[in-house]
Amino acid sequence: MADAPVIISEVHFERLKHILAKLCVESAARAVFLVDRDGQPITYHGEIGEMDTTSFASLAAGNVAATSSMARLIGEDEFPAVVHEGEKESIFISVIGRSLLVVVFDQRSTLGLVKLRTKKASYEVSAVLEEVASESEAQKSSDNSFFAEITDEDIDSLFS
Amino acid sequence: MTFINYASREINCKIVYYGPGLCGKTTNLQYIYDSTAPQAKGKLISLATETERTLFFDFMPLELGTVRGFKTRFHLYTVPGQVYYDASRKLILKGVDGVVFVADSQEERMDANIESLYNLEENLEAQGFDLMKLPYVLQLNKRDLPNVVPAEELTAELMKKEEPVYEAVATTGDGVFDTLKAVAKQVLTELRKG
Repeated sequence: MADAPVIISEVHFERLKHILAKLCVESAARAVFLVDRDGQPITYHGEIGEMDTTSFASLAAGNVAATSSMARLIGEDEFPAVVHEGEKESIFISVIGRSLLVVVFDQRSTLGLVKLRTKKASYEVSAVLEEVASESEAQKSSDNSFFAEITDEDIDSLFS
Repeated sequence: MTFINYASREINCKIVYYGPGLCGKTTNLQYIYDSTAPQAKGKLISLATETERTLFFDFMPLELGTVRGFKTRFHLYTVPGQVYYDASRKLILKGVDGVVFVADSQEERMDANIESLYNLEENLEAQGFDLMKLPYVLQLNKRDLPNVVPAEELTAELMKKEEPVYEAVATTGDGVFDTLKAVAKQVLTELRKG
C-alpha cells in the first residue's frame, strides 16, 4: 500500500503562504517555494513569471535526493542545505524534514542574508508541517468521509 | 505519496514507469505528452544522456479532470532502466502511489524483464512498500516486433498478482492510455479506501 495521503487544510495552507511571503520580502528573494521531498509542489510566493513551477519542484526534489545519496556515500547523513550559484540567479535549498524550502534570488540579495532568513522561516514551516502531519494521520484513522463518497462513476468519468 | 490540498482543491499523485533498459518507458510518456491537450499537461522534462538514454528520470504532470470539485493531477515519472543506475531508481520510487511495469516483449529481453521486476520489488521494499499492496499494472510492450514471446507466456512469467495486463506498442500509442487509466484508477480507488 502507498503512504498515507498528506492532507493540507485551508488554514495550514494560508499559514504556509504567509511564512513564504514574509521570507521572500525579508530575504529580498525573487521567489520562494515549498516542495515535498518526493517532488510535489506545496506552495510558492514571488516573481514566478512564466516559470514551470511543477517541473521546478520535481527537479528540486530530484536534486536533493541525489545530493543526499552522495552525502551518505561519503559518510554524511545528509546535506541540510544545497546551494547553486549562477551569474545572475542563484538557488538556496534548505531541507526541513520531509519538505524543502527553495529560495531563488539574484543580485538584490546575498547568500548570507538568504541563509539567515531561511533558517528562521524553516522553524515556522516545520511547526505548521508537524500540525499537517498529525491532522493527516488523524483524518486517516477517521472515516475519511470526503474520499469515501467518491463513487466508481466519479473515477470512470475522468477517463471518458 | 498523495497530496490533497483543500485550499487549491487539488489531488496530486505520483506514478512511476519501471522496466529494463530500452523497454519503452520514455516512449510511453512521450506518447501521452504528444496526445494530450496543452492545458492538461506541463512540460515533459527528460534528464537524459547525449544518446537520449534516461540518466535520472523523465517527468510530466498530467491533469485528468475533476473529482467532487478536486482537480486530479498525476505526476508521471520514468526510471533509468540500465542496471548501473540503481541508486537513481531507488530515489524515484520514494513516495510512489502507483507503478507501471513496462516489459519488453522480445525473446532476448526476457531475462532483463525478470531481473528488472525483481529489482523493482527489492527497491520498493527498501522504501517500505509492498508491491503486492501497491496499485500496479503490467504492460507488455513492443507487440509489433517479429520476435516477441506470446502474451500468455510473458504474462505467466511476469505477473505478480491479479494486476491488469495490457499489450502495447508505445511508439504508435496502442495500449498506452489503457495502461495509464488502469493505474490511475487503482490509485484513486486506493485513496477512497483511506
